[in-house]
Amino acid sequence: MTGEFAFRGVVRTAAAVLVVAALLALGSLLPASNPLSVSPFVVTLAGKYLAYAMLALAVDLVWGFVGILTLGHAAFFALGGYAMGMYLVREIGARGVYGNPDLPDFMVFLSWKSLPWYWWGSDHVLVAAVLVLAVPGALAALFGWLAFRSRVGGVYLSIITQALTYALMLAFFQNGLGFGGNNGLTDFKDVLGFDLHQPGTRAGLLIISALVLAGAMLATRALVGGRFGRLLIAVRDAQSRTRFLGYRPDQVKLLVWVASALIAAVGGALYVLQVGIINPGEFAPANSIESVIWVAVGGRGTLSGAVIGAVLVNLGKTLFTAWLPELWLYGLGALFIATTLFLPQGLVGLGRHINRRRDEVTPEVTRPAGDAA
Amino acid sequence: MSGEALLELRGVSVTFDGFRAINDLSLSLRQGEMRAIVGPNGAGKTTMMDIITGKTRPDTGVVRFAGHDLTKRDEAAIARLGIGRKFQKPTVFEALSVRDNLLLSLKGLRSPFALLLARETAEEAGRIDALLGITRLAPHARVQAGGLSHGQKQWLEIGMLLGQEPQLLLVDEPVAGMTDAETMATADLLRDINRTRSVVVVEHDMEFVRALGVGVTVLHEGSVLAEGALEAVSADPRVIDVYLGR
Amino acid sequence: MSDRRRRIALLALLGVALAGAPAPSRAQTVDAAPPVAAAADPYAGLTSPHFEAIAAAVGRLGTEGAPQAQAVLRALSAHHLFVAEDGGLYVREGESWTDARTGAPVTSAPAGVRAVRENNRVRGALAQAMAGQALLAGDAAARRDAAARLADHPDPAMLPVVDRALATPHEAGLEAPLRRARAAMLLSPGAPATGEQAQSAAVRVLRDAGGLDARAVLARFAADETAPAEARQAAQSAIVTIDRRIRLWSLAQQVFYGLSLGSVLLLAAMGLAITFGVMGIINMAHGELVMLGAYTTYLTQKTLMAVAPGLAAFSLPLAVPAAFLVCGAAGMLIERGLIRFLYGRPLETLLATWGLSLVLQQAVRSLFGPTNVAVATPGWLAGSFQLGGLTVTLDRFAIMLFAGAVMGAVFLVLRRTALGLQMRAVTQNRRMAALMGIRTARVDALTFGLGSGVAGLAGVAVSQIDNVSPNLGQGYIIDSFLVVVFGGVGNLWGTLAAAMTLGVGGKALEPLVGAVSGKILLLVLVILFIQRHPRGMFPLRGRGVES
Repeated sequence: MTGEFAFRGVVRTAAAVLVVAALLALGSLLPASNPLSVSPFVVTLAGKYLAYAMLALAVDLVWGFVGILTLGHAAFFALGGYAMGMYLVREIGARGVYGNPDLPDFMVFLSWKSLPWYWWGSDHVLVAAVLVLAVPGALAALFGWLAFRSRVGGVYLSIITQALTYALMLAFFQNGLGFGGNNGLTDFKDVLGFDLHQPGTRAGLLIISALVLAGAMLATRALVGGRFGRLLIAVRDAQSRTRFLGYRPDQVKLLVWVASALIAAVGGALYVLQVGIINPGEFAPANSIESVIWVAVGGRGTLSGAVIGAVLVNLGKTLFTAWLPELWLYGLGALFIATTLFLPQGLVGLGRHINRRRDEVTPEVTRPAGDAA
Repeated sequence: MSGEALLELRGVSVTFDGFRAINDLSLSLRQGEMRAIVGPNGAGKTTMMDIITGKTRPDTGVVRFAGHDLTKRDEAAIARLGIGRKFQKPTVFEALSVRDNLLLSLKGLRSPFALLLARETAEEAGRIDALLGITRLAPHARVQAGGLSHGQKQWLEIGMLLGQEPQLLLVDEPVAGMTDAETMATADLLRDINRTRSVVVVEHDMEFVRALGVGVTVLHEGSVLAEGALEAVSADPRVIDVYLGR
Repeated sequence: MSDRRRRIALLALLGVALAGAPAPSRAQTVDAAPPVAAAADPYAGLTSPHFEAIAAAVGRLGTEGAPQAQAVLRALSAHHLFVAEDGGLYVREGESWTDARTGAPVTSAPAGVRAVRENNRVRGALAQAMAGQALLAGDAAARRDAAARLADHPDPAMLPVVDRALATPHEAGLEAPLRRARAAMLLSPGAPATGEQAQSAAVRVLRDAGGLDARAVLARFAADETAPAEARQAAQSAIVTIDRRIRLWSLAQQVFYGLSLGSVLLLAAMGLAITFGVMGIINMAHGELVMLGAYTTYLTQKTLMAVAPGLAAFSLPLAVPAAFLVCGAAGMLIERGLIRFLYGRPLETLLATWGLSLVLQQAVRSLFGPTNVAVATPGWLAGSFQLGGLTVTLDRFAIMLFAGAVMGAVFLVLRRTALGLQMRAVTQNRRMAALMGIRTARVDALTFGLGSGVAGLAGVAVSQIDNVSPNLGQGYIIDSFLVVVFGGVGNLWGTLAAAMTLGVGGKALEPLVGAVSGKILLLVLVILFIQRHPRGMFPLRGRGVES
């Protein structure tokens, strides 16, 4: 019963995401004179929120269901973004400022003579797609394998995930790394021959983002819903007990950790397609921590909550920074404090609580009993 | 002597920060035997369990179970060899239903990849129902384990242990915090289990040990002080000395 | 605030000027009386349009001297020396003119003056000549500087000056640099022939003196094929000796930088070692407490400047208790107002304190502005001293001492006070401690306050070497946590070892791979280390330790 209830919630949220995205996309194709017309700016914003929702989903998968508080998931997001950005930069071809058909502008500017080896093949969309998944996936696998094998957990893991993304940020700021240094990758022109600045392309990307997000939600739901999901909860709440039952929680965690990194990476790729820039700032530890608060606000351990939290908090950020920019950090800080103190189950938990009081038959929420240490 | 030793510890020592928790401990358990381990606080009972189940690695000594060297294996591998452990504080998966707790404990699938696609089979459902019957938890099958009473949690954990179908059960203070009736019922249950499996019980409660009616090993400062029938051991002046203080 | 900096800089300049000023006036009064030598005009070369001639004349003034030599050289170096159409040499001081040859004032401005010409060669000769003059006539400090300069820029022409200085009674501190200068001159091209023995002796003097300048002299000498083979051989091996010494000293210098960086890390991490290591609280606002400490330093300084400018130099010693109290109070407030509701939920504590850190940053930004504020370094912390071949900057040195003192104090509090005993009791067994009558809530607040106060002390130190801005704390939080975890949670010695390892390691990697790459590499190494040894370098073991 619990499973079905949560499953319905995920389907409903995914459907809502699709409907809203479709409406916005259609609206953006109407002439500006039409009262239902949606500005391209709003379409881009919506696309950005959905990309962030992917990141939130990824964070929720590891934090909500296996108890790993990651403070470095933006690293996987950004790596996915960079992999996509490499392809988009190569697509510019000779239309760059320096008109070099082989080298991106920033390499010409650094007077590099040829592409570094790790850029080879980045002009093929399939290679790019593989890189989007393979690079963050490999990093997550290596990092996770080392960490979980030695039973690094709890806050220790949080601290080193943060150190990881910090180290990556420093590295990507370096011009010599070959990813555009400070400025990152930008000035993209088109993808698969579609002009990125055309409203039609943007509308299409928004629809694709919504579809990918909905798909990721359902896939995640399948992952956490079945017998494997029970094991996840068991690992989250009483890790050492699962060992004495003969399970290896490190393997379980590694599998989920890598899956989560892949979701984040796809989110990053979608982000770059729609926002049109990726730079080392995306690796900033603060970004990772912010993505955790999206999940906390929406409801840790509920997939709908992660998506709802990401969209709501980012919507709030957009509005706040437009009207009262100096107050945004107060707001965000207060959100962190208030959520942890007063809303440990997030908005979805609050909603269920209200539901339950109205209707006592509704089953309990699978709430985290505590933090797996 | 019916058969050779199922579990054998020989010359086992472990030191924490200069403190010798286990000191040249030797202990042997026959196949099908039930043994009670008693001893004052700090005697090394829990550390001994940690060593057998792979949570703590001994500095020196031999730990063998059914021909396998346990010191080279981790907790999961030892559990898969057929050693089940019940903790002093009942540890069940509180966010999962009683049924799901038992499902996870069932002997069989352990690889995360296999679990990804696994569905509950009719055979598994039957085993779970049997365990629910043994532990008298059938009416609570769909309740979250966190909502059970203390005694029910103890029983659920024992049920999970049985689900593992271990050759050897290690049970750490199973009746702590139980009512008298529950205590006696637990003694019956353990005796019942002992018909098919070997059991090691760590316990403070002498009444309970008496009810079990099994051989007793007294631990003191990390090594065996006395061993034998309860009557003989409790008459041993050294044991009295340790229990009543110096 | 940059205004104040500028004022301080001006003051410093003025001080230098004043210190320099009395010398010429004294020289004038002494040199005014003797009659002008009529024979050869030592100043004639100065009027020449050729740099060669000017440099030669300057050189002669330095070695042979002349009645007005010092005043003239000084005027030349200040660009106050002018040549008139008639070949007259004049010194201009503001609006008044004096005849350079006599020092006598001139009533009317001389006609058709141009400045005496200068180029690098002339300036080099001038510096030498002034050193020679200073060696013979300056005060003790000037003589030492002059001897050092002559040793570093050996010019055999100055040999007589050095010999004269050596022959006249002089203070002990002057002997070594004079000997060094003499040895360098003897081995330089154009030196008078002194024979192999003297040269070998000179090589030994330079070998023992060491340094890059001595090495350059030796290298030139060793390459000189006209020099005696044996002496050249000696010079060659002396170079090897010097190189080894230089390498050792530069290694020592790197270690010093590393230890100084380590001290900063230690200061920043020590507060965390208490709040995280002892209490197990993840305080992500720790960096902001360091930042508050730095701003407290700034405010203390500013207040003192306004109230008692004379005492401004002592603002740092005042800032130490101020920062401790401010941050300690802030910490207790945070513990009582936020953290105590989250005990037992470390990850929630992490998120809540991160939120708090955002609020604190923004609050400071609103109050003090988003840009850096200037915290002045008092005079007694500026500058450096030599320790053998080691340059020890005073501010870095002071931070090392400060870190040691703070560490000692924290140790005393934890090990020797009733509070420390209660802290340890509460962290080891809270229920038992409560049963024994310890007010655990109070101990929690005080412990967290202590850790926060120590963070404030770190802020005082950081204000001396880093930009004080609202973002200051962000730069320290990750490093601090890594130090504590790397060293082993709950182990203060481990924190010390970790801070110093990271400091020295970082500085050792810097010359190899660059500063940023070194930092990245170090981060990766620490991550790998923690993944291998989750309990850090000095783990606490035991049955009770649960992952």
